[in-house]
Amino acid sequence: MSFTFTEDQKLLSESADRFVLDDYNFETRRKIIGQDGGFDRDNWKKFAELGWLALPIAEEYGGLGGSTVDTAVLLESFGRGLVVEPYQSCIVLGAELLQSAGNVEQKSQYLPSIAEGKTLLSFAHIEPTSRFNLCHIRTRAIKQGDCFIIDGEKAIVHNAETADYFILSARTEGDTNDEEGITLFLVPSSSSGIEMRSYPTIDGLRASEICFNSVKVDQQHVLGELNQAAEYIQKVVDRACVLLCAEAAGAMDTAVKLTVDYIKNREQFGQAIGSFQVLQHRAVEMLGAKDFSRALTYRAAGAIDQSNASERTRAVSAAKVEMGRSGKLIGQEGIQLHGGMGMTDDMPIGHFFKRLTMIDAIFGNVDFHKKRFAQII
Amino acid sequence: MWLQCVSVAVWGSLDYLRLFKESEVMDLILKPEEEKFRDEVRAFVAENITEDIRKKTMTGFRLDKEDHESWQKKLYEKGWMAPGWPVEYGGTGWSPMQKHIFEEECAAGGAPPVIAFGVTMVAPVIMAFGSDKQKEYYLPRILKSEDWWCQGYSEPGSGSDLASLRTKAVLNGDHYIVNGQKTWTSLAQHANLMFCLVRTSDEGKRQEGISFLLVDMNQPGVTVQPIKTIDGSTEVNNVFLEDVKVPVENRVGEENKGWTYAKYLLGHERTSIAAVGRSKAQIKRLKTIASAEEHNGTALIHDQAFREKIADIEIDLLALESLVLRVLSDESAGKGPGPEASFLKIKGTEVQQGITELLIEAIGNYAHPFIPESMDKGWNEEPIGPEYASSIAPHYFNWRKASIYGGSNEIQKNIIAKAVLGF
Repeated sequence: MSFTFTEDQKLLSESADRFVLDDYNFETRRKIIGQDGGFDRDNWKKFAELGWLALPIAEEYGGLGGSTVDTAVLLESFGRGLVVEPYQSCIVLGAELLQSAGNVEQKSQYLPSIAEGKTLLSFAHIEPTSRFNLCHIRTRAIKQGDCFIIDGEKAIVHNAETADYFILSARTEGDTNDEEGITLFLVPSSSSGIEMRSYPTIDGLRASEICFNSVKVDQQHVLGELNQAAEYIQKVVDRACVLLCAEAAGAMDTAVKLTVDYIKNREQFGQAIGSFQVLQHRAVEMLGAKDFSRALTYRAAGAIDQSNASERTRAVSAAKVEMGRSGKLIGQEGIQLHGGMGMTDDMPIGHFFKRLTMIDAIFGNVDFHKKRFAQII
Repeated sequence: MWLQCVSVAVWGSLDYLRLFKESEVMDLILKPEEEKFRDEVRAFVAENITEDIRKKTMTGFRLDKEDHESWQKKLYEKGWMAPGWPVEYGGTGWSPMQKHIFEEECAAGGAPPVIAFGVTMVAPVIMAFGSDKQKEYYLPRILKSEDWWCQGYSEPGSGSDLASLRTKAVLNGDHYIVNGQKTWTSLAQHANLMFCLVRTSDEGKRQEGISFLLVDMNQPGVTVQPIKTIDGSTEVNNVFLEDVKVPVENRVGEENKGWTYAKYLLGHERTSIAAVGRSKAQIKRLKTIASAEEHNGTALIHDQAFREKIADIEIDLLALESLVLRVLSDESAGKGPGPEASFLKIKGTEVQQGITELLIEAIGNYAHPFIPESMDKGWNEEPIGPEYASSIAPHYFNWRKASIYGGSNEIQKNIIAKAVLGF
């Protein structure tokens, strides 16, 4: 495991930081969020041209075959500017699921087009009552001739309204919480029987509640083996957790900087409030929280492609716990040290706080991952 | 001096620190006449609070002006609008325990909080320092909720360092001409009157050049501009004052003594800022939600780690309530509120914020959707996810304000360090 960036990673980090700095300031982001679909398609094209969409995709399918650490480097930079383009939905979850579960034919058909930015995926998995249990699947897929008929509801499906295909998890066997019996399907979003209710999320993204009413899916759109998807899902979600932590590391970095800048400049009692030791110490706590969380995140990113299942679980859950704690501390203290200004929608700090809070609240919060970690002590 | 009060309170009178029932740990054991009073308040709240308002209050959905005013008018008719006032001005003459019971029952029954700017903020200042004419005019109107007051304290450059305020009032014959900007003015959009700190002198200590004016908001030169906050709401405002005329008779007390009055206000009736009753009601709501949220077939309320977090907050709240009761008891014994009021603010807001944290944890994935319109009047679409979820994340973010407003918790600690510990 290496704790320093390779030359390639340094270049990637620099170019992604440059993009955020030049093309993704606070006002630009605000305009992007207001656009139809909640992101900028020109940016997506640019990501394709820069090879960022191809990064984790295998070379034989038009990708660059990058490691999880490589993707983490990119997402950390995205986090610095709270980039809202659907990288998590389409690449980290969508492309990775397709890549790990799909057959050669499916991969050759879709992955190159995803890498080129022409096809968008979204992972329709969470359900209204699933909370953080990845195996809690009530949506049913019933075989009928050459097809499956899918019925059920999916919740908080990020970037669903702009997706060309859903990667949908459904139960082909067993009961609601069983590990066995879950199957993945690649479902065109234009299929009939799909009812979608889309909305903004509090951290500036877009998501949807989706009803699948007798949606017919050809059996050749099954991804991987029937009934065996739980393991793929767990692996990909674990990787997504680490990459969310990487994004959070970038967000924390900016949040700390914004706060330190603010208290260095805000004057009360005839001096910068940052000259008060009590506030300096709190800024130091914030910086430390960011550093620890970031270090653990990269460690988990390095572990994920190599280690066995229990090591992977420990590394991922530790990173997600640390991120949740650090994000909360940095978000709350960032607002407090900004004072009333921190409460305003016009200051960036609140937007970082909201994203950090929502990263904790997806795929398992601090409590969830602490328990998961504790099971393997 | 404050330390002496503590020892008297602890060794002298334990009456208000009565034992808590074992089964319902959050309830105080009441005397029979107090139980009767509690039932009376409970029945009054139940009769006068509609389901619609109860729901809005409990969930943090937006209460409009009429919601507050209709409740406050009912309180007036009943004679309960100003429990903290002396009886001669229209107070209730209640015991500390009655005041506490009243707050708790109002909160439990989903009554909107009484808007504090009139009845608990400016009124005590007018009583203590105002002219007879001011008392005769404003106090009855406050009781009847005929005016909506707002507070003109903070300015863009004067937050924690309030004494640096620069809004200037220049005497011109029988009136002042006021110029400047106030900010974080809560609910100024509803207000027709503002009590306002202005600079009337640049000489001597900064605190000695401030006056306390009562400003008519409905006049040329007053502009209210909403500030959007991180939860999408617009309850605070900038208030611009441009050549605003304020008659000299609208100054409270002496010129350049406004700082003393402001400090008096900040130390007065601080027990309400602890919001014990509101927090109890929110903990109850949290438990209801945690009973509805399931993970692998088990309700979240049965999750040991989550229960312990609720326990932490409940214990803090019990300690807070005990301190509130002591302060109420001191107040009714004629002892002025001491710097412990600052502890009530700090702990009270920590408890409130702690509850919002557990609420957002409780709803899991449904913290994400954000439909600001769903919190407005007249929105009647299907909620996304469980109905209780939609306001919880915005409320969590909104409530970060609590440790900032009313003198940030850092400033409260400075006050205690100076006034109690003698640093």
